[in-house]
Amino acid sequence: MLDNNQLLRFTTAGSVDDGKSTLIGRLLYDSKSIFEDQLAAIENTSRKKGHNGVDMALFTDGLRDEREQGITIDVAYRYFTTPKRKFIIADTPGHIQYTRNMVTGASTANVATILIDARHGVIEQTKRHAFIASLLQIPHIIVCINKMDLVDFSEEVFNRIITEFEEIASKMLITDVRFIPMSALLGDNVVNRSENMPWYQGAPMLHTLETMHISSDINKVDARFPVQTVLRPQSTEHRDYRGYAGRVASGIFRKGDEITVMPSGFTSKIKTIDLYDKSLEEAYAPMSVSITLEDDIDVGRGDMIVRSNNKPQATQDIEVMLCWLKNDSARPNAKYTIKHTSNDQKAMIKEVIYKIDIHSLDRIVDDKELKMNDISKVKIRTTKPLMVDSYRENRITGSIILVDDATNETVAAGMIV
Amino acid sequence: MGKYYLNYLDELESEAIFVLREVWAQFQNPVILFSGGKDSILVTHLAKKAFYPAKIPFPLMHVDTGHNFPETMQFRDDIIKELGASLIVGSVQESIDTGRVAEEKGKNATRNALQITTLLDAIEVNKVDCAIGGGRRDEEKARAKERFFSHRDDFGQWDPKNQRPELWNLFNGKHFQGEHFRAFPISNWTEMDVWNYIKRENIAIPSLYFAHEREVVKRDGTWIPNSEYLVLEEHEEVVIKKIRFRTLGDITITGGVESDADTLEKIALEVAGMRQTERGNRSDDKRSESAMEDRKREGYF
Repeated sequence: MLDNNQLLRFTTAGSVDDGKSTLIGRLLYDSKSIFEDQLAAIENTSRKKGHNGVDMALFTDGLRDEREQGITIDVAYRYFTTPKRKFIIADTPGHIQYTRNMVTGASTANVATILIDARHGVIEQTKRHAFIASLLQIPHIIVCINKMDLVDFSEEVFNRIITEFEEIASKMLITDVRFIPMSALLGDNVVNRSENMPWYQGAPMLHTLETMHISSDINKVDARFPVQTVLRPQSTEHRDYRGYAGRVASGIFRKGDEITVMPSGFTSKIKTIDLYDKSLEEAYAPMSVSITLEDDIDVGRGDMIVRSNNKPQATQDIEVMLCWLKNDSARPNAKYTIKHTSNDQKAMIKEVIYKIDIHSLDRIVDDKELKMNDISKVKIRTTKPLMVDSYRENRITGSIILVDDATNETVAAGMIV
Repeated sequence: MGKYYLNYLDELESEAIFVLREVWAQFQNPVILFSGGKDSILVTHLAKKAFYPAKIPFPLMHVDTGHNFPETMQFRDDIIKELGASLIVGSVQESIDTGRVAEEKGKNATRNALQITTLLDAIEVNKVDCAIGGGRRDEEKARAKERFFSHRDDFGQWDPKNQRPELWNLFNGKHFQGEHFRAFPISNWTEMDVWNYIKRENIAIPSLYFAHEREVVKRDGTWIPNSEYLVLEEHEEVVIKKIRFRTLGDITITGGVESDADTLEKIALEVAGMRQTERGNRSDDKRSESAMEDRKREGYF
């Protein structure tokens, strides 16, 4: 692999019937990422279960219950590498009751792949998957129009489904979307170009994944550095070293930059940017570094170092698109720990503005109970200010989770509006 | 203008450093689970980077089965000295002697499963609230379901169907007294990534990973090293082969592959061409299709 090969994370959403497992199996198999002993194990189980051929779903379903029940319960991560890129697949179940898993897989993805069965076109599930991809602001969407072999590789069917998809997408925040006609089963347009669809001028799926521009997926404008911890060696060699350790959330920091520490408002200049024993001229997202400042000021976990001429908003009141993740509904006026970057505060859901009907995508205003898999717009009040950007501008400083103090469970995930 | 994106190894490194610093910030008493294998060596190396110029701020914990490769033990002691770190040892032999566990019997007897009790005892005695491991999601299908921060109840058990969702880079390590977490900073690394990174950083690893001549016995399709713990079957014959190990576990269960790869470059090339998973030579994983899931539920690494 080359030194400048990048890492691309993508999600696959779809049900077994869409051919999702076949598609993943095809990508892994054709890129030689399935090992012989894994294949032998799957073949063995497929035979025991009486399947015709090899059931690729067995490869992605890792837990015993999943294999026994033939359903994907939890997000599974799969890895493959080509000479151009390393890929991480977050394989998420497509069923409505697993919205939370789709949201989880989507939260870190560069690309969402949405599978459509060419025979059925855009169905309710497609709409839901597109909505979640837009809600989580996945930068790129690849719509895989699969099973083209079952519609005679018809260009007309392909174009009709594009029109259907664009109609629903027009109501959502979707910027980069591509359509690929394929047959995962036969391998058409997955890794290799299809000979059955000469009318398709675009690239096969793998080539698309290998070459799409993802360097701009991370915000490079707004410099944000949430402090995770303070490094103070207190050794004779580094007696006065006081480094603020963290991962650049967005933007670029350079030596000598005028910075402000939020929320205190103290200002200083960046003295050094260190990565292990190397001193760097600059650091950009998503680098983990340690920053030292010219002045001795009070900085700790939960603080955010930003460039003085470009600050996030410090606020105790946020509006959030919230996905409820737990079986237990939200309790009225319950208190939660809100986690935002490295900052933990107490928080309360002040108001449910509306819920979204995941079928019709309409707003519901007369039902305010937050139940598992519900997506809603809420107002949250925190005890101390958070330093926030809108999720649309910044996926790291625009996201939060809520933790129930009574159970310590993560109960909700939110995107700041 | 320079390039403002990371290559895949730098991104994996940055992610792992972030996770290690999160562990340090969210827990009172974390440890690194150190087996002397390449993955725990990698985690230790990343921890060195994460906290530099300070020392790694937590101890290394070794669960000693008593059935070790001598090379691994030497390596462990050397690295502890070099880092100036402290070492906690949980001894399976001691667990056997005190009656906490009973030794397995028979030809393929191993102390692999016994480690669970020793590990959980060591976690409890030392009041560890987070044990950092070198587990990777590409290793095994149950491990593919692991979180970066993985909750264990007060019996040390994992409940894979009821895990906390993990979104963005917001890790929730909140827990009640008696419960603990496992953290997996290199979750997203593959075997190939590990080797490419070890090569790039020139990280020292035990000599067992390099091709060397050794007394071995062919068993279940793999070369098991001869040792004082090995009970030979009648038809089995000790031979000398040039082998290397892809993973390091107990000397009783870790099989080697025939190889001429005696440098990191050659190993990376060899791994790239491998058609079997690295755990394919581990008899502990072959006991059943859910062998790993079952052990992990009980508290295994």
